[in-house]
Amino acid sequence: MAERKVVFHYPSRLLETPIVSTLVRDFNLGFNILRANVTPGAEGLVVLGLEGSPEDLDRGLAWVEAQGVSVQPLNKDVIRVDEKCTECGACLTLCPTAALWRDPATQRVEFDADKCIACEICVPACPPRAMQVSF
Amino acid sequence: MAKTYSEINTKIAAGTVVVVTAEEMIGLVEADGADKAAERVDVVTTGTFGPMCSSGAFLNFGHSKPRMKVSKAWLNDVNAYAGLAAVDLFIGATELPETDPENTPHPGEFRYGGGHVIGDLVAGRDVRFRASAYGTDCYPRQELDTWLNIRDLNECVLCNFRNAYQNYNVAVNAHADRDIYTYMGVLKKGLANANYCSAGQLSPLLNDPYYRTIGIGTRIWLGGGEGYVFWPGTQHNPTVPRGENGVPKAGAGTLAVIGDLKQMDPRWIVGVSLLGYGVSLNVGIGVPIPILDAEMARFTAVKDSEITAQIIDYSKNYPYCEGAPLGAIDYASLRSGSIEINGKPVPTGSLSSYPRAQEIAADLKDRIATGKFFLGEPSQLLPSADSGQSFKMLVERPVG
Repeated sequence: MAERKVVFHYPSRLLETPIVSTLVRDFNLGFNILRANVTPGAEGLVVLGLEGSPEDLDRGLAWVEAQGVSVQPLNKDVIRVDEKCTECGACLTLCPTAALWRDPATQRVEFDADKCIACEICVPACPPRAMQVSF
Repeated sequence: MAKTYSEINTKIAAGTVVVVTAEEMIGLVEADGADKAAERVDVVTTGTFGPMCSSGAFLNFGHSKPRMKVSKAWLNDVNAYAGLAAVDLFIGATELPETDPENTPHPGEFRYGGGHVIGDLVAGRDVRFRASAYGTDCYPRQELDTWLNIRDLNECVLCNFRNAYQNYNVAVNAHADRDIYTYMGVLKKGLANANYCSAGQLSPLLNDPYYRTIGIGTRIWLGGGEGYVFWPGTQHNPTVPRGENGVPKAGAGTLAVIGDLKQMDPRWIVGVSLLGYGVSLNVGIGVPIPILDAEMARFTAVKDSEITAQIIDYSKNYPYCEGAPLGAIDYASLRSGSIEINGKPVPTGSLSSYPRAQEIAADLKDRIATGKFFLGEPSQLLPSADSGQSFKMLVERPVG
């Protein structure tokens, strides 16, 4: 048995498609949903821990991608270098999981590493390049 | 009774000055009214920290042996302008290295440029300096490749021609199927986000909307050191529409500022990379506003909910100078994290750092309160709403 953490990015047209249940039924995979963020009419995003044989995992993930879901392996971290961050807020609306968020009371820009799915969208979008990939 | 600059400076020297930040002034005027607040408060401090592209630095690196009249120069491979005598250079914040891939592939990352060179100088890091010249009888040398450090320069002066914009656009992207990469950040298709760039109620010129106290010679907090306003900034446009409180409803006044980079701190002079756009320089500026009378107390009590900005579509309105703004919105709404455009909720982000603006206003307050910073009385105020001065678009004429 092997386990892989992955992020599925769904286009809105696939939100009704039973992706995960098909992985269980047709590819013998177990799953654990770590995070899900699905907004009707917009993109969906699900972070999963998948379990199964390496062959089943490869076949299953290939099938998911063939459906039009983008699959991102979750094998690295994004970190914030606090000395470089100026708390401007250029990242806020780009972060798909609100791991980067602004406290409305203080206007401070906060980073919750446990919500981060390492999609790296913030990395090149950060003007002082305070967000960095750590392997 | 009206106060003078010299009366306030005497109080600063005596340690009896009353100084508050522009945030604190809001509550004081709400509680006691402008007349009482003006009697009590002598100075209100402001602050702003964000990308200010029209920035740069002059530096004089001293004469080499043999002497050289530099005609082409590069600092960490970024072009510096050398058309100034023999050993003076100007490095502009948005200049790129000749080897930068720019927007190929799009969006380019723009990892390093003039703003970063200035940031490296302020941080005390060595900067590689290459230069070439054609050689003359009095300046025979033709090639140079060495290191510069700010401590060894004769002068290193931050000289920014347009900073501290009085209000700014809120940027959105109404394009249906393409994200865009702008100097206002990444703007997602279909009005999926909105970015603003102003310290709002803490912003210097929004606290003195008619420039009654800010002009040539105003001493300011610049990059952590002291600097001056030396001119109205380029594109200074005081005649835009204003609200009843005098606050411009769109980008209006600007400042040209100057100061010794050797005094500054790398926390407040930061090279930045704007995805798909280019490089720039984040600059921290704080302006002390003397509360000469009740009107200045009222002006400095302006709050985010009373300052509005125009919502501009950066896929069409801005680049092609077409169409009208999509609406207007106040800064309290922008700072709440979400606004409404055409009935749709739109999350907001920003390029200007409010926490850093607060830190600047607080630091300037502390310096004034402890007798370390005195007001500079302007020799001449900036052109105001009655000046007739306005921003002109380029008029192109046929050539040949």
